[in-house]
Amino acid sequence: MTELPSKSRNIPDRLVSPIKTALFSWPTLLLAVAIFIFILNSFASPYFLSAWSLSDATFNFTEKALIALAMALLIVSGEIDLSVAGIIALASTIMGLALQFGVDTPGLVVIGILTGLVCGAFNGALVTGLGLPSIVVTIGTMSLFRGISFIILGDQAFKGYPESFAFFGQGYVWWVISFEFVLFLLSAAIFYVLLHRTNFGRHIFVIGNNPVAARFSGVRVERVKFVLFCLTGLMAGVAAVLLTSRLGSTRPSIATGWELGIITMVVLGGVNILGGTGSIQGVVIAAFVMGLVTFGLGLLNVPGIVMSIFIGALLIGVIALPILLTRLHDRVSR
Amino acid sequence: MSQLKLSLSGISKSFPGVIALNQVSLELHSGQVTALIGENGAGKSTLVKVLTGIYQPDSGSISIDNELVELPTPHSAFEKGITAIHQETVLFDELSVAENIFLGHAPRTRFRTIDWRKMHAKARVLLHDIGAAHINSELPLKELGIANKHLVAVARAMSIEAEIVILDEPTASLSHKEIEDLFDLIRLLKKEGKAILFISHKFDEIYQIADRFSVFRDGEMVGEGELKNTSQQDIVRLMVGRSVDQIFPKRKIAIGPPVLAVANLSHPTEFDDISFELGKGEILGFYGLVGAGRSEVMQALFGITRTASGTITLDGTAIKPKSPADAIKAGIVYVPEERGKQGVVMDLPVFQNVSLPSLHKTSKNGFLVLAREFALTRKYTRRMDLRASSLSQNTGTLSGGNQQKIVIAKWLATQPRVIILDEPTKGIDIGSKAAVHEFMGDLVDQGLSVIMVSSELPEILGMSDRIVVMRDGKIVVIHKNDGTLSAETLVKTAANISLDAA
Amino acid sequence: MSRLLKNREIWLLLVIGALVVATTLRAPGFAQPANLLDIFNNTSILMILALGQMAVIITRSIDLSMATNLALSGMIVALTNAAFPDIPVPFLMVLATFCGLVMGAFNGILVWKLGIPAIVVTLGTLTIFRGLIFVIAGGSWVNADKFSTDFVQYTRIEFLGLPLLSWYAITIAVMFFVLMTRTPMGRAIYAIGVNPTASTYAGINVGRTTFVAFCISGMLAGFSGYLWVSRYVIGSVEVANGYELTIIAACVIGGISIAGGVGTVGSALLGALFLGVINSALPVINISPFWQMAISGAAIILAVILNARGQKQKGRLILKKGNTQ
Repeated sequence: MTELPSKSRNIPDRLVSPIKTALFSWPTLLLAVAIFIFILNSFASPYFLSAWSLSDATFNFTEKALIALAMALLIVSGEIDLSVAGIIALASTIMGLALQFGVDTPGLVVIGILTGLVCGAFNGALVTGLGLPSIVVTIGTMSLFRGISFIILGDQAFKGYPESFAFFGQGYVWWVISFEFVLFLLSAAIFYVLLHRTNFGRHIFVIGNNPVAARFSGVRVERVKFVLFCLTGLMAGVAAVLLTSRLGSTRPSIATGWELGIITMVVLGGVNILGGTGSIQGVVIAAFVMGLVTFGLGLLNVPGIVMSIFIGALLIGVIALPILLTRLHDRVSR
Repeated sequence: MSQLKLSLSGISKSFPGVIALNQVSLELHSGQVTALIGENGAGKSTLVKVLTGIYQPDSGSISIDNELVELPTPHSAFEKGITAIHQETVLFDELSVAENIFLGHAPRTRFRTIDWRKMHAKARVLLHDIGAAHINSELPLKELGIANKHLVAVARAMSIEAEIVILDEPTASLSHKEIEDLFDLIRLLKKEGKAILFISHKFDEIYQIADRFSVFRDGEMVGEGELKNTSQQDIVRLMVGRSVDQIFPKRKIAIGPPVLAVANLSHPTEFDDISFELGKGEILGFYGLVGAGRSEVMQALFGITRTASGTITLDGTAIKPKSPADAIKAGIVYVPEERGKQGVVMDLPVFQNVSLPSLHKTSKNGFLVLAREFALTRKYTRRMDLRASSLSQNTGTLSGGNQQKIVIAKWLATQPRVIILDEPTKGIDIGSKAAVHEFMGDLVDQGLSVIMVSSELPEILGMSDRIVVMRDGKIVVIHKNDGTLSAETLVKTAANISLDAA
Repeated sequence: MSRLLKNREIWLLLVIGALVVATTLRAPGFAQPANLLDIFNNTSILMILALGQMAVIITRSIDLSMATNLALSGMIVALTNAAFPDIPVPFLMVLATFCGLVMGAFNGILVWKLGIPAIVVTLGTLTIFRGLIFVIAGGSWVNADKFSTDFVQYTRIEFLGLPLLSWYAITIAVMFFVLMTRTPMGRAIYAIGVNPTASTYAGINVGRTTFVAFCISGMLAGFSGYLWVSRYVIGSVEVANGYELTIIAACVIGGISIAGGVGTVGSALLGALFLGVINSALPVINISPFWQMAISGAAIILAVILNARGQKQKGRLILKKGNTQ
């Protein structure tokens, strides 16, 4: 609570330059971690530093990361969507169903994305229209969406997607650069602009910090939140298209457990789970960190399940560490 | 009989930019009711928080039974036998009446488990003793009205054998009959030898129940004594009296035609039949006791509270604001009373707070243009004489007065027609108060119209052209503030409760 | 009467009863006592877990790690049993409970001492515990033939016509009921959920009480670990994968408010039982079990809507006519 005895007449825009602020921010720390892991990986395995294996490494996180971008916005606004993996399952199933009716690639893509959008709107309507807590609502819809997939498919699978459909999840735009990866970078750029450079993004931050004051300042809180749920659903739909294309088949158990991985990515990226703060840069770097850890450990033949220990410890560690350091600092200075 | 139970001396407490309590003293005697009187912002609630262990005083001492004590936590205050019954009684809505009374000291069985049967039995006895036998001890608290919740709180005070009971505006939302019942109860507590601190604005209540009084003004204790030797006039004078340096910069402005006309505005439970007009360049004061429904009316004008019936006309056009966004678009803005919760976003920088409702003007096709935001912020914060180290400083690190300047700057930037200020100077320092007051003069000078809700008499008398007095959700009278209106008249019209037996 | 209608437990009981009756109309054997007891037995573990989750949710927190806690504790006793078949099973039960307690305490300490939101902490430990299972088991399974007879039988032996598994659930429910309604700690758990500020006034340590709630959920998850492995006779990494959300679903259906402070032992049990009955009813009436997930999802959404409607806030009632009614 320091009130500088400054003159009222000329208050500067800022005291610290934005570059300096950025330098001491969460994404920077995270970037250092990412580079460290990258170097560690390149020592650990001779196969790591090949263009193709790096390209392969991107596949195991881009789909999750696409959803994480939208989820970051939602969490900044103080809400959460646990149903994203359920949306993937349902969107993929509806695509498979459309396939049975002879719908071709463009139609499949539209249907997949639209299904996601509708699911997101359903969540949004329940949360903003009826004023329900999003964490419980989306636990419900996560079962509901995947449940519908199970009703449609049972223990069957949809297969036989057209060859042209395979491009989205398996195709390369140029050399080792996959379509998925390009789409991710493009989306990251769009979401960065949306969150950090538009009025809409500003409203998201305000709502996450203080929804009451936001409303009292004329922000249409419910509308913004509804749009964010739709956006998250939409991105889950996009991820469903990519994943279905990559796997070439649909099972109702597709993408099981992804919601927790996605939320871990968002929180690791420095987004406050209670809302109000966060950045897209952080989430993008967190996606790379998680991808690198998974891939690096994979090269060392560490099974995927063990990697989850690292991811979980990373999640708790990166949040606990600053708190512990501040405490330590306080104690020393006292 | 009148034995000194608790005494405070030299208690000071300050917050950034505000001295809430300045060297105050207070004495409570066993078996007596001491009334604590003062305007909003006089330091009453800070004192209650010091007594209940929520705030630690910067200096001064507290002694109970002539022994120095410290109250570092709410629990220690509880152990020292101090209990407070608040305006919005702080209890447990979902738990039963009996449990609300006995939480933390429930009777136990042989096996050390909670003995519910004994608890209910004891609760029934306690409730019976305080004349509240009608309350079923098994009901969840949320099913009781405010009056009955107070009774439960009193029963809790009895059960923990509290020696010092603080009643903080207990009558604010009670009906006449309920107030009578409460007073019977206070007399009972007196008879039991409790030392009681009774906080209220209402003079007839104070004279009815209290033995002694203590008047606070601007964080200082300005007078105390026996009530029976003191006239109501004297107390009002103590409470209102201002140091001479407080000048209200009210300018003489010709009031133009009506800008805003409100007719028969009603709400099912909060207010009824509200009608008034607001002229161009006018400052219209709204005076009343806490809970008279003033803020609720303002929030209806601002689109937060839905009204049941009535019309709002702005510049000759009927409007029906369904959200603050609608109201802002129409040209009505609202500076809320709860600044920290509703006014500013604490963790965002100054410029983001100021530009928030004007983003559509500073941005380009929906994309932020920071330079324009800074320019806008600079323009309006300069007018408000904001003190901050930078426009990117977090708003939460500023004093209450500077936060209020930010809220007003935010609204000015939207170029409104009508600005509603709800307790605009509550809890802010003298310097910022003056800035806000001066600014209101500027506003009307430029043809804006101002509604000011205030419970501070000098402010309302010093600033307003006309004064609307509200009581129990209705307009009692609209005074013309032509210099002959006295503070006493205003207080009396607002506090007179004898007209409304329920 | 209106009070009765507001009572969530009675509603749930009616709904479950209606489900049983409706199912019986199509499959006459369904309502037979033996079958109903079977359903109860099948739901025992979920009931125990729902109770633990309830304690945490009442304190305004959430424990996402219960299912992996269960799996890890289960794996530890499975491996112990496979390696030392002579260790008496009651000791293994204590061991499982203790493992669960340690994990719960770990969650609790992070929430209490570091102030990290419970959802983040338990999201992290959820993945950590799951990974640890793989590490301690070296990636392998513990198959049916590795377990001692006692280990498998201690959930199956019948006592007064009920398998021990059911008795464990009943005993725990009774103990839990006493804890939550008859001890100061139980009441403190409710109090901090209803109103943390007022609890501080009443001398309750909010952080410590939350910690205790996590210890309780951990212990119950740990003990359930033994029950699960014994009942399904397998210890693997996949045990109870994704089950954390089923546990929360049981609580939500039982009307336990995610906002804290509200929920009874009976409603948690009935919430679990509701899911159990649906589970058993579907195959009997020839609805594919694949409907189960969608139905429980819809039930959760319905339950949340009902919960929210019960908690509409009243205004301040300034007007006198509002007061006199």
